[in-house]
Amino acid sequence: MTRKQRRAVLIGTCLGVLALAVGLVLMALRDSIVFFYTPTEVAEKHLDAGKRFRLGGLVEDGSLKRGEGTTISFVVTDKRATLPVTYTGVLPDLFREGQGVVAEGMLNADGVFHADSVLAKHDEKYMPPEVAEKLKEQGLWRGDAQAGTPQGAGKVN
Amino acid sequence: MIAETGHYALILALAVAIVQTVLPLWGTRRHDPQLIAVAVPAAQMQFLLIAISFSALMTAYVTSDFSLENVWANSHSAKPLIYKIAGVWGNHEGSMILWVLILALFGAAVATYGSNLPRELQANVLAVQGSIAAAFLLFIITTSNPFTRLDPAPLDGQGLNPVLQDPALAFHPPFLYTGYVGFSMAFSFAVAALIDGRIDAAWARWVRPWTLAAWMCLTLGIAMGSWWAYYELGWGGFWFWDPVENASFMPWLAGTALLHSALVMEKRDALKVWTILLAIITFSLSLMGTFLVRSGVLTSVHAFAVDPARGVFILAIMGIFIGGALTLFAIRAPLLAQGGLFAPISREGSLVLNNLLLTTACAAVFVGTLYPLALESLTGEKISVGAPFFNFTFVPLIVPLLIAVPFGPMLAWKRGDLVAAWQRLMAAAVLALVATVVVLAWHQRGPWLAPFGIGLGIWLIAGALSEIAFRVKLFDGSWADSLRRLGNLPRSAYGTALAHAGLGIVVIGIVTTTAWRSESILALKPKDSTEIAGYQLTFEGIVPREGPNYRERVGLFKVVRGGQEVTTLDPSKREFTVERSVTTEAGIHASWRGDLYVVLGDQLKDGAYSVRLYFNPLVRFIWLGAVVMFIGGGLSLSDRRLRVGAPKRARTLGQDLAAAK
Repeated sequence: MTRKQRRAVLIGTCLGVLALAVGLVLMALRDSIVFFYTPTEVAEKHLDAGKRFRLGGLVEDGSLKRGEGTTISFVVTDKRATLPVTYTGVLPDLFREGQGVVAEGMLNADGVFHADSVLAKHDEKYMPPEVAEKLKEQGLWRGDAQAGTPQGAGKVN
Repeated sequence: MIAETGHYALILALAVAIVQTVLPLWGTRRHDPQLIAVAVPAAQMQFLLIAISFSALMTAYVTSDFSLENVWANSHSAKPLIYKIAGVWGNHEGSMILWVLILALFGAAVATYGSNLPRELQANVLAVQGSIAAAFLLFIITTSNPFTRLDPAPLDGQGLNPVLQDPALAFHPPFLYTGYVGFSMAFSFAVAALIDGRIDAAWARWVRPWTLAAWMCLTLGIAMGSWWAYYELGWGGFWFWDPVENASFMPWLAGTALLHSALVMEKRDALKVWTILLAIITFSLSLMGTFLVRSGVLTSVHAFAVDPARGVFILAIMGIFIGGALTLFAIRAPLLAQGGLFAPISREGSLVLNNLLLTTACAAVFVGTLYPLALESLTGEKISVGAPFFNFTFVPLIVPLLIAVPFGPMLAWKRGDLVAAWQRLMAAAVLALVATVVVLAWHQRGPWLAPFGIGLGIWLIAGALSEIAFRVKLFDGSWADSLRRLGNLPRSAYGTALAHAGLGIVVIGIVTTTAWRSESILALKPKDSTEIAGYQLTFEGIVPREGPNYRERVGLFKVVRGGQEVTTLDPSKREFTVERSVTTEAGIHASWRGDLYVVLGDQLKDGAYSVRLYFNPLVRFIWLGAVVMFIGGGLSLSDRRLRVGAPKRARTLGQDLAAAK
């Protein structure tokens, strides 16, 4: 094999693999990305039943209901619109009424959001930033929940 | 006083790092031996100063000195000692100190053990290391100072995030950082070579051990992180394609590629330009990992503090180092002479294929990780890219590589014989085929592709064994002859075989647990029984228990299999008194078949508890495989031929006689 042919084989293989990779990535980006919406956006966008998305907001106070077995229902709110959610499974430790939550799943025909995963992140002071940001956008942000330095203590360098 | 000493040492370290960067660089330009000679003591001094600073911080943690804001915010006097120590790197500031400490350690190692390096190359390498250290020290001192005091000192601290209070996680960051930072050596050597405009096989011989050591630590660090997520987060999964996981996985992929291309460069003096570029890319990905994890652009357990100034600072460091190195590469790379021709079917060719597929797979992970961030900053649209994306893109790119792995070591350098390689791998292929057919016949559920995945894992393991068998001429000569050869085989050959077999073990673990896991979620009342994967579980009830810094409610589950009592599992809800937060502790029964995994959920209305049960078959193979890969790397590293700075020993008759006596 001449030097030229060797180079052709090398470049051909590289281009082939690259083309495969680009094709896979584009197809995957079309089919498998999941959008993030708040209840207001869900109402505005008239999303089709059966389309996967992530729902973020606060768990409405007093909305948590335990049904038969391990099925749970609650309402997610962004203080402007609400969306009922059902979920079968074990809720994360940090799931509380009035706290931020992100649920992934899809709407069913009756307009109820069927979640197959529920995330309340690992820190109790934690508000998912996606939710915080959306709430800020809508002017509903209630200030930084994080505790600062203890009272009376000043910083000294 | 101790804290101030630490703070002062940190500032001195910055000054030394600047000296370590400027003087040797200037010296190599002017060929001034006195300036060049500054590099070695500067690197050693820098390590000493950062070690003092790190010890000061650790002392503050161990003695619970809450007059330090960092200790107050991340520790508590009632915390067990091991987590007081681990707490040093369980937060942003402390973990950055650990980062520069490891960086300085590597620099000091090159300074101390690099006496057989060309003087100017060593000086350039240390100068580049010094500049990285200077950038990060400046970052720590200006935006993330762990020695900030509080006055008056609070009585007690706020405690460490309970999910981080865990043995595996105590050691996960040091290993991960040693991996990340270890790639800085390859980067520094690459940039030094570009500054010099000269590169040869000796360069690769120097870079390879560092890369190998970094790769080993990164492998173990990632495995520990995955193991922790598996048992601590209570989701029963081992890998979530979370951006933070990807941030550590990308340097691993690029580093694996670098390890193999450096081999070509060392043995055949080919692929020089590519190896240099890969060294730059690998460390750039490590820097990016640090940025993604530390800047708070990603939401995760790692985002300790969200401070935009920090993100911008790390982004600037990234820009300067990656941009600078790539610019230098663009200017100088054409000057590097290419050498070592090879046919497409050859050891080199197979390693090129390895690099091609690894870097492409890495690029796919890169797109999936950064696309949501890019889209959000450009259009404001929020999306998440999850496991489906990565399964669809990463798996098809990595499977051809896994199929090709056993061929690599069987091909000769320069020009290989594919038919001969195939004949040597026949036994492995038959074994893999038999495994596939057996699993196909046995499996009743799960995806039809899974049996082929098992076959692939067997192919990797058997292929690795075939290589050893071929090299000792098993079946070709007498047993005694083979045994003798087995003893004479270089350790690096065993290292390669072990690492590849480890990969096969990981594949089997991943495929089995993904395809055939059992899962059920139910409401159980005390004395209720249920069954999963051949185990009968009886819920005995809830008992309270006290820990050193937590209280927990424990659900007791009696586990019976085949009429015999196996164990009693005790999953719990743990309430940490100081941090006022709850964690879920899974109850796990491990056996050779797999893990029985029980999670206790909330109390339901009629005295029942929601309970989640998993059976994860062969899940431990995943971490076992990673450990085997680590050991393989270690064997390679201990090979005399590869050992750092091992000079060739000239044998003399006198020595032989002395040995004979």
